[in-house]
Amino acid sequence: MPTLELHSISKTFTSPAGPMLVLDRLSMQVAAGEFVAVIGPSGSGKTTLFNIIAGLERPDAGAVRIDGVDVTGRRGQVAYMPQRDALLPWLSVIENAVLATVVHGGDVAAARREAHALLADFGLQGWGDARPALLSGGMRQRAAFLRTVLWHRPIMLLDEPFGALDALTRAQLQQWLLALWDRLDRTVLLVTHDIDEAIILADRIYVLTPRPARIALELRVALPRPRSYTLVTDPAFARLKRQLQQVLMNDERG
Amino acid sequence: MSEEVSAPIHTTPVTAPTRLSWRTGLVEYGPPALLVISLLLLWEGLVWYWAVPAWLLPSPSRIATTLVTSLPVLAEHTIATLTVTIPGFTLALVAGFGLGVALDASPLLRRAIYPLLVTSQTVPIVAIAPLLVVGFGFGLLPKVLVVALITFFPIVVNTIDGLQGADRDQRRLLEAMGANYWQLLRLLRLRAALPAIFTGIKVAITYSVIGAVLAEWIGASAGLGVYIARSLRAFRTDQVFVAALVTSLLTIVLFTLVSLLERWIVFWKGER
Ligand SMILES: Nc1ncnc2c1ncn2[C@@H]1O[C@H](COP(=O)(O)OP(=O)(O)OP(=O)(O)O)[C@@H](O)[C@H]1O
Ligand SMILES: [Mg+2]
Repeated sequence: MPTLELHSISKTFTSPAGPMLVLDRLSMQVAAGEFVAVIGPSGSGKTTLFNIIAGLERPDAGAVRIDGVDVTGRRGQVAYMPQRDALLPWLSVIENAVLATVVHGGDVAAARREAHALLADFGLQGWGDARPALLSGGMRQRAAFLRTVLWHRPIMLLDEPFGALDALTRAQLQQWLLALWDRLDRTVLLVTHDIDEAIILADRIYVLTPRPARIALELRVALPRPRSYTLVTDPAFARLKRQLQQVLMNDERG
Repeated sequence: MSEEVSAPIHTTPVTAPTRLSWRTGLVEYGPPALLVISLLLLWEGLVWYWAVPAWLLPSPSRIATTLVTSLPVLAEHTIATLTVTIPGFTLALVAGFGLGVALDASPLLRRAIYPLLVTSQTVPIVAIAPLLVVGFGFGLLPKVLVVALITFFPIVVNTIDGLQGADRDQRRLLEAMGANYWQLLRLLRLRAALPAIFTGIKVAITYSVIGAVLAEWIGASAGLGVYIARSLRAFRTDQVFVAALVTSLLTIVLFTLVSLLERWIVFWKGER
């Protein structure tokens, strides 16, 4: 049984030009412990899909199920890392990281200890008491990711976590996430624009069509783990990349 | 500030308030100081040259002398004015903030009350003040109410604006965590509203002293407003100038105190 199941989700927004179908009967499954990437053109509805899973928006039709339970429209079920880091500027890195525990009324002191213990792994050693304004772009993303991990939910949604970063920092963070990944034991759904990123990180990839989003391709990435960035020169990698590019290019043409 | 700091730091970083060296201070305050001094000298010279009577326009030197000789009296009146200003402003702060939070919470209330609020600001306070005195007598209360009426509008409006201006992404993040209305208010929206609220407070504190002086003018036994009224009747224009000087000094002092408080409370502002 998949741990996260999206069943025939549809969503229409009203735009100045009239009703706009964004998600068209979209179905996906993510197994426990699986890392699934979603690639789609800009504006295809990826963030909308995440907002629906997180309970921030209600779908017009369809259902979100976690471990078989219908959680459509319910909040706080999954950990969510939004497209922009959304760090609160008046809180320190540690205080931002334990925000979910504060909201849930959990043991904040314990969460702070846990955050402190993880700082080094997240490349934030010594920065726990610093406010976000002092951090570089890459450090901000890692702080936001730490907050997502300390949300303590088995399922994490990552909406273009490296999208706003320069190519070098992005590659470094992907490498870092790969190394961290095996120890985290979470289920991940990741939105990205970057084909390389999807192949390197994911077990499986969904490619979405331009708006309205439907599934154009579902692709299993059968590359062995643990993976590293040297994979990009592997012939198997090149084959997968060509396959994905073809679908995305076709999409662009219509 | 957006530059990266390469070395890890171990304490809470605080942006040091920019201290002016005497050189930048000279560049900053030199020209206006020079202008003011020139104008004062010109004023002094013209009053002397045309032999302008003191009741029409006293010379700067005469105003300075009056300031020194009337300091004890001025101090008493200033304290009287402050006992109107501070309670009036505090009342406006509490009521304005409370109403702002309430109007933000209820769209229905907002639609009903907001137009009334705006309309209340278009009624001249000079017309309302005497009515308040009639209604509440010559005690402290009507004067405090005049100050509160004048100062509470910017606080309400800026509280509402600030609460509604909280970052959308940060809001959605907290909502995704399952935060309820009160948690959203406490953890995000009140903090995010602070810069705007301080803008309202700064406007309000600027009006507050003038409001108190106006209220005293209409009916009181002490205060800078009373002092000005008496001086005018006695053709002591120099005393009027002195009172005006003290009024604006008082306003500047209060404004500066609020600005310092703002720096301390809204510590993250300008860090980015
Ligand atoms: N609340 C809303 N009301 C109206 N339209 C919306 C709303 N949210 C999103 N949209 C529209 O829905 C479409 C999909 O938006 P969405 O943010 O989900 O795309 P995306 O795939 O995440 O894009 P990107 O890759 O640029 O982040 C866009 O055209 C957007 O303008
Ligand atoms: Mg998006």
